[in-house]
Amino acid sequence: MTQLALIIDLNVCVGCHACVTSCKQWNTSGPAGAMSDDNPYGKDPTGNFFNRVQSFEIGTYPNTELVHFPKSCLHCEEPPCVPVCPTGASYKREEDGIVLVDYDKCIGCKYCSWACPYGARELDEHQKVMKKCTLCVDRIYDESLPEEERKPSCVLACPTNARLFGDVHDSESEVSITIREEGGYQLMPEWGTKPSNHYLPRRKTRIKIHEDELIRADNPLKKEGLKPAKIIDDQTLDDVTSW
Amino acid sequence: MHPAFSVIFLTTLIGAAQGLFLALFTAQSYAAVGFVSIKTPHQFYAYGSAIVLVLLAGGLIASFFHLGHPERAWRSAARWRTSWLSREVIVLPTFMLVVFIYAVMHYFNWDPMIIATQKPLQGQLSLYVGIIGALVSFALFICTAMIYACIKFLQEWHNPLTVINYLLLGTASGFTLATAYSSIMEPELVNLFGTWATIITITAFVTRSASLIRNSRIKYKSTLQTAIGVRHSVIQQKSMGAMGGSFNTREYFHNAKAGFFKSMKWIFLILVFLVPVILLTFGVNQDNTEILIAAFIFQYIGLIAERWFFFAQANHPQNLYYQTV
Repeated sequence: MTQLALIIDLNVCVGCHACVTSCKQWNTSGPAGAMSDDNPYGKDPTGNFFNRVQSFEIGTYPNTELVHFPKSCLHCEEPPCVPVCPTGASYKREEDGIVLVDYDKCIGCKYCSWACPYGARELDEHQKVMKKCTLCVDRIYDESLPEEERKPSCVLACPTNARLFGDVHDSESEVSITIREEGGYQLMPEWGTKPSNHYLPRRKTRIKIHEDELIRADNPLKKEGLKPAKIIDDQTLDDVTSW
Repeated sequence: MHPAFSVIFLTTLIGAAQGLFLALFTAQSYAAVGFVSIKTPHQFYAYGSAIVLVLLAGGLIASFFHLGHPERAWRSAARWRTSWLSREVIVLPTFMLVVFIYAVMHYFNWDPMIIATQKPLQGQLSLYVGIIGALVSFALFICTAMIYACIKFLQEWHNPLTVINYLLLGTASGFTLATAYSSIMEPELVNLFGTWATIITITAFVTRSASLIRNSRIKYKSTLQTAIGVRHSVIQQKSMGAMGGSFNTREYFHNAKAGFFKSMKWIFLILVFLVPVILLTFGVNQDNTEILIAAFIFQYIGLIAERWFFFAQANHPQNLYYQTV
């Protein structure tokens, strides 16, 4: 079984929104038609996005750090949004585990979006159907593209390589190794949705140095007081050895 | 959650309709086993069932306003194996069909005896249709409520009390309506319906209060820590990635002021439970049709407030990602 997914490295993400714009560009130009985009330059701009970058401040000033958090459909292995769909428009593909919406079957009842704890689904308020990340399913299998471009739009756009794409069921794939070795985790594990997308935590490289490694305990220069007086009667090396 | 009026009207209208049907069937089955010795004219059930059908049709029409593509609504019967919404879509028209048959049988007084035993026990065909109707009515209550109760991370809803409340609140309003209806059509049944309406309303008060108490003490399983996976007690959102709002900010927040939200709770507690019980008591004692009609109207308005509060109170975990622009 294949389960395609994204790995998002929060340690590297700089919050530039390149994944957001490239996602919108690719998917608004796709066969499903334009994604809604109202008042893009006016007051209260709003529209349909598959991917958003949010920012969270961790800690209290001055000990804070800002975490940029890209959020899209996690393509759960147990997607709670799929069984609730009354029409079967929402489905999970057997062959690669991508959760998709058939826009021709969707009746726009929004029930699947209620059943997603992550808020990953957004209704297209013009087409009146539910839309969500497709993992660029119309791109990753397109053999007219060079092989290195058969990846989701967001992965190609990321300037810091914060996004990896691959099969998380293949234990030896790049993404599986990364999850295993870099501490990849899932969002809201408490609901048993088993998200396929994983996040890599902020990581700080620190060397563990013990105090006695910094200060030489036997350093004679650190001893306070007068230097011991020279013992005149003592023999020197010159006295006892013949060179 | 953002309360949608289409769903509020759907659930309250069909709830009252199901309750009214159960009330009609109660009267008929009481008469069949001889608990009440009133020979109720068949028109009483026929017109009563017509009201049930009108309410159900109203609910059905309201539900279409919730859909982005109502013309594709027929597709929603497809996934009844997994989806409670799909099951409701099947059970609601089935219920309408059974009620229609029930109404037609009574209207034309076509009611052959199936099992004739010694009196007073009688077994007319319409009684069996009524049993099927009552079972389908209960099934519809379960389907409607399970749509909400099955979503496990909406913790205010994910509880058996949701199903019990939908059942009891719908039945209470239906029996109150039956009381008002019978005071016009068949005053001898007012006492029966009025007593049941009062009992069910008070029972519903107990179970709805239980769910209010439970919901006021909910400990949410999802926190900002699990939402973004950072183990720190102080996390503050600085940006949600969209400045003018999105579907996520419109669909899951009720956007009502805290005072309005709180007052809705007291408004529905008074209108659904206190006022109807008082009016039912007076109305039944004085056999006053206007008071009984007022009891139903107040209770129905109260139920609209109750349903608004039911949706508004549910706190979706996705809101953790949309704390600030």
